Amino acid sequence: MIVHTTERERPRADEVVRLDEVKRHYRVGDETVRALDGVSFSIRTGSYWAIMGPSGSGKSTMLNILGCLDRPSSGAYWLNGVNVAEMDDNELSDHRLRNLGFVFQSFNLIPQLTVSENIEVPMLYLGMPQIERRQKAERLAERVGISHRLRHLPSELSGGQRQRVAVARALANDPAVLLADEPTGNLDSATSVQIMALFQELYEQGKTVILVTHEPDIAEYAKAKIVLKDGVILSCEEGRL
Amino acid sequence: MNQVFYFWPFVKLGLTDVWRHKTRSFLTMLGMVFGVGSVIAMLAVGEGASQQALESIKRLGSENIMVMSVKPTDEEGSNTGSQRGRLAVYGLLYDDEARIRETVPGVVLTVPARMTRRVARLNERQLEMRVVETVPEWFAVVQRPVLAGRTLAPNDLQMRANVCVLTEHGVRRLLAAEHMVGQRIRISSGVFEVIGIVKNETGGTVRAPDSEADAYIPLTTGTKLFGEANIRYSAGGMEGEKVELSQIIVRMAETAFVEPASKAIETVLARFHKKKDYRIDVPLTLLREAERTKRTYNIVLGAIAGISLLVGGIGIMNIMLASVTERTKEIGIRRAIGARRSRIVVQFLINTCVLSIGGGVVGLLVGVAIPLLITAFTGMPTVVRPYSLLLAFGISAGIGIVFGLYPAMRAASLDPIDALRHE
Repeated sequence: MIVHTTERERPRADEVVRLDEVKRHYRVGDETVRALDGVSFSIRTGSYWAIMGPSGSGKSTMLNILGCLDRPSSGAYWLNGVNVAEMDDNELSDHRLRNLGFVFQSFNLIPQLTVSENIEVPMLYLGMPQIERRQKAERLAERVGISHRLRHLPSELSGGQRQRVAVARALANDPAVLLADEPTGNLDSATSVQIMALFQELYEQGKTVILVTHEPDIAEYAKAKIVLKDGVILSCEEGRL
Repeated sequence: MNQVFYFWPFVKLGLTDVWRHKTRSFLTMLGMVFGVGSVIAMLAVGEGASQQALESIKRLGSENIMVMSVKPTDEEGSNTGSQRGRLAVYGLLYDDEARIRETVPGVVLTVPARMTRRVARLNERQLEMRVVETVPEWFAVVQRPVLAGRTLAPNDLQMRANVCVLTEHGVRRLLAAEHMVGQRIRISSGVFEVIGIVKNETGGTVRAPDSEADAYIPLTTGTKLFGEANIRYSAGGMEGEKVELSQIIVRMAETAFVEPASKAIETVLARFHKKKDYRIDVPLTLLREAERTKRTYNIVLGAIAGISLLVGGIGIMNIMLASVTERTKEIGIRRAIGARRSRIVVQFLINTCVLSIGGGVVGLLVGVAIPLLITAFTGMPTVVRPYSLLLAFGISAGIGIVFGLYPAMRAASLDPIDALRHE
């Protein structure tokens, strides 16, 4: 449910994501660019959202803030009960490590690591022992249907397979939120359908999924939809929750 | 957190990275290989040379002071002592020996010796030998293992006996026979009985008190037979020199007396010699000098090796900076996943250290091989000390950290959003 509110109160227990009047302004020369200009919404645990908008709508900025890669200029962003706006760089890194799983348009696998090693990267930073890492990577690979490719390098895989590896890696830290940025942007339509089915599956297993996309038919997979324009929320549909 | 589990994947990553860019890594490592190799090789050569020098000085005895006659540089002046043509008169006197023995405190023993080059003959064989006319104590001061027979005895001196002790080398060349002791040989105008054979001084860099083919005869016998003047006849007429004693070895009671005593000897001699026709060598001082030289040598060599290591380090830094640019995207991915800046720093530092330590290990092998080759081909002694290996390893790891720090910091300072966008 959407809470349009100005008072900054702690989020409810089931609100895994909550933004209160989030603004993000940049200075470019003498001009101030209002990439986000007062956005408030909240997302409940286990829901499946799409954030849409044309380019220049503030979608990328929203993705960066949701992904804890950037901090709001003002306002509060609560992720899993903690206000990100007040964190320093190390805390922000740790927060990403524990609470977020990224899936990118261009897969962003590390080319010199094998599939298994790529999936293990977040676990490595979490300090998990090697045997546990290996076992969990195998389980995750099985979950996304890539277990026959564990010893391969990303360059030996097809686009769809790479994206499956990326999803497995995003799940490696059991994140509170799975954040996908145009996950089908580099895939053909048949593969896109398979990947979207994978997200659907994860949603059904109880994962919170946020899809950032400009493609309406991809956004259709989500159960709720926010449309951004010029840094503010243009519309908000919450029909099929 | 288990540190080994944490670091190993990055070491492995560093190794695969090195392997992926074989040529680049190889060329980069060369700098370290030569740097570390030269450090070890230079230390080994320096150590070998100085050890050899120190050993030969120690053999001279650290309680000894050597006083030597030296032909004064001013030729005209040296002739004034005697007006008989070209006879140069200079050097130490028996009186000098007595004065040193009686006035310098702490003197245990003085050993006078006169050295001349004379031809020794046995049947049709002949050999120019250095004839050392000396006293029995010579063999107490200049320790030399006796191979056969005996050395000079006080009685030989008293009796002015025609006896001689030969060095092994001289014996081989002159006698070339088994029945050496008891053999009679002719030296200049005298016939001498060989009473003993001593071992040669092994080669050293410092002037040894005896040379290869020596014949030791009693001082008194020498005076009786040859006199004190050594006259050579040449095309221009005769040329000669008159030297009472070529050398006085002064043995002190203790090493601590050596340096004050050498000053005292200097004073005593200076009073009676108008010209500086003598030289005082103190093995102890030589030892100190050799140690100083060694230190200078080490500093110079160390500086050269240091420069080559510096160049190697800069090469590594250069490659790592290129690598950071190349791997910007990877850094962005890792940061997005949740790696702190410090972990990026650690990753790149490990990567640099893999390069530098890898180069260091190869350099270590090169550094051990070079001294072996030098010894094999030139016969120069070299000593590879264990600490130099440790030093080389430490240096290469240190270089990795020092020169890896800047690229690593640069990698870590990248903004994750920009880094992710990088293609």
